[in-house]
Amino acid sequence: MDLNYSKDDLAFRDEVRAFLATKLTKELSEKVRLGGDLTKEDMEGWHAILNAQGWLAPNWPKEYGGSEWNAVQRHIFDDECASAHAPRVVPFGLSMLAPVLQKFGNQQQKDHWLPRILSGEDWWCQGYSEPGAGSDLASLKTKAVREGDHYVVNGQKTWTTFGQHANMIFCLVRTDSTVKQQAGISFLLIDMNTPGIEVRPIILLDGSAEVNEVWFTDVKVPVENLVGEENSGWTYAKYLLTHERTNIAGVGFSTAGLAAVKRIAKAEMSGGKSLIQNSLFAARVAQVEIDLMAMSTTNLRIVSQAAAGGAPGVEASMLKVKGTIIRQEINDLARRAVGPYALPFVSEAVEGSNEPLPDPHDAGPVAAQYFNNRKISIFGGSNEIQRGIIAKVKMGG
Amino acid sequence: MNFDLTDEHQMLQDSLRRFLKYSCNSKTRNEALSSETGVTSDLWHAMAEMGVIGAFFTEEQGGFGGTGADIALIFEELGRANIVSPFLDSALLSGRVLAAACELDRVADLIGGDLQLALAHGEPTSRYDLNYVRTTSVNGILNGRKAVVVNALASDVLIVSARTSGEISDEDGISLYFVEKDAAGLTIQDYALIAGGHAAEVTLDGVEGSLIGEEGKGFALLKDAYAIATVAQCAETLGAMTTATELTQEYLVTRQQFGRPIATFQALAHRMSDMLIEMEQARSAVIRAAGYFESDERTRDINIHAAKNLMGRAGRLIAEESIQMHGGIAMTQEYELAHIAKRITMADHRFGDTDYHLEKFMALTQP
Repeated sequence: MDLNYSKDDLAFRDEVRAFLATKLTKELSEKVRLGGDLTKEDMEGWHAILNAQGWLAPNWPKEYGGSEWNAVQRHIFDDECASAHAPRVVPFGLSMLAPVLQKFGNQQQKDHWLPRILSGEDWWCQGYSEPGAGSDLASLKTKAVREGDHYVVNGQKTWTTFGQHANMIFCLVRTDSTVKQQAGISFLLIDMNTPGIEVRPIILLDGSAEVNEVWFTDVKVPVENLVGEENSGWTYAKYLLTHERTNIAGVGFSTAGLAAVKRIAKAEMSGGKSLIQNSLFAARVAQVEIDLMAMSTTNLRIVSQAAAGGAPGVEASMLKVKGTIIRQEINDLARRAVGPYALPFVSEAVEGSNEPLPDPHDAGPVAAQYFNNRKISIFGGSNEIQRGIIAKVKMGG
Repeated sequence: MNFDLTDEHQMLQDSLRRFLKYSCNSKTRNEALSSETGVTSDLWHAMAEMGVIGAFFTEEQGGFGGTGADIALIFEELGRANIVSPFLDSALLSGRVLAAACELDRVADLIGGDLQLALAHGEPTSRYDLNYVRTTSVNGILNGRKAVVVNALASDVLIVSARTSGEISDEDGISLYFVEKDAAGLTIQDYALIAGGHAAEVTLDGVEGSLIGEEGKGFALLKDAYAIATVAQCAETLGAMTTATELTQEYLVTRQQFGRPIATFQALAHRMSDMLIEMEQARSAVIRAAGYFESDERTRDINIHAAKNLMGRAGRLIAEESIQMHGGIAMTQEYELAHIAKRITMADHRFGDTDYHLEKFMALTQP
């Protein structure tokens, strides 16, 4: 057992730091730090910079153009990116669809789609959830009927993140209604520009417009866009969901978030001393810091096991639950730290104005982030679903 | 960075686990619990022969280990097997004080299994503060009272702290002494502990002591010895929590109510999942406390305080939830879980509790 970074790890960290120092613009990192809405161009630009460096796909094998980093390197990279307030890499193509294609796609599909994910030619979104199929995903109803060399798709997907930017969507569709739910699902790749697709934004409680409803009316999808076997989509969906997701624990986000809380609490005055000297507030900060230190080590242990061939399924569920609890606690602390300045609706306040944010600590829209991050314990399998998975794996039933 | 056990540690863990599994059962535990002093000498000698005590010390000190990782590994196994024996207080805590003071003959006796020790440091009003010493020593004559001295009755000789200079809470001016068990003016009021073992209130009324190490410089020795003892306590608690969690898991899948295993009820299944999540947190906290033990003092202490705080919280969850989910059976003296749950809970009262370590952590991380 050795908890220290090796010489190589430290050299790698320096390399990442130098890269971020030269390639990440102040303008972009400030936007990320202050929780501003990133444009499509912001995100595509950052992807292109990472791709030029060969660092866009840390979890892809080298043969497909990935960097094939080990667990520690990925941890270092995530950590450094979060501390530097780099934009988050959009995961739908890179870490969700790509592993499925690499494992279950045919050669033609791999050759065609994978390079386009790296180059940014395609922007993928995910067509999983439906209004009636959330936690019970297998009850999905969007139907695909084979007609000659096409499937005809009808139905509705929802909570489609960045659907407004995407030109492609990977979808779970029902291809057989006569069998057990899980046995009649297929995995289809659909061009968002096909006639019959309509994208409608859903405005979230913090005012953000990142998720959408996607409607399909007689949408024709060529059969070569079927991944793997017809009616085996559930297997691929599960693979995607339980496939080792780097950064599921969000250690980097939490580390950066905690640093921000400390910074604000040092400047904020309460009762003639700084808020961080208020023992009640400071104790909450310390407790979450302790939890985060332990989780960071749990994350490394699990990711290195996974790299060594261990099964990350149930451990990923554990990391997701604990990671989201910690992140949400930090969001709550940030909200409290700014006191009355949590109240202004920042994006409304700055709209059409060149005045600085009405916030003496330059903290950004902490209340909006708090509300927005209530999503993290809901999406990707709610924390209750994760607890169910853990119990099932550990106790059967 | 590497989380694998070394080959040596893997072998030690395997042989210790096997040994403890065969040699410790409820019969040997009840013997220890009902014995006059809380020590079963057969187990003590067998463990010493296996080299367990030697692994608490470095080669220079006459042992063959002594790192945070060595010690965490052993105490996790002791906790897992729910061993009631004063390895932590008699061998590790007292032994590391003596080793640091270069009392290597005594350390050799300890490693051989032929010496029982007790460290009489805490006082009735010191709570968990190591610097608080009211007991005085004037020309080697000690006066004062020491509180909850674990293993005092079974010990061959006591190690007693006393103030030779300075104010009551000064770090400087604390000296350490050997006090013989038959010394005039020494009173040992022995009692059993709720989670097993024995301790005593020790009264010193003009007792003669012989100085250990340098006069007035005892604090640094105590601080280091308590630091490793805290790591050991965390590891031991982790082992006990592992067993509690396994017993509970087993119970949930076997116990039938309403015609099905109670593990299938979501109210219990989700709480079991939370226990398992906290077990991973606890394991990581112990790995850090052990793994950073040889780092600079600040890093070492931050990780020890973090671990003891986290173990206090996670331990309470595991102990209380294990009892609750078992139901009535966990309330019985006869069932193993009851003893383990008590042990986990009482660990929070050793070497500083959850709040104490949170405060220490804050002092180091929020200056």
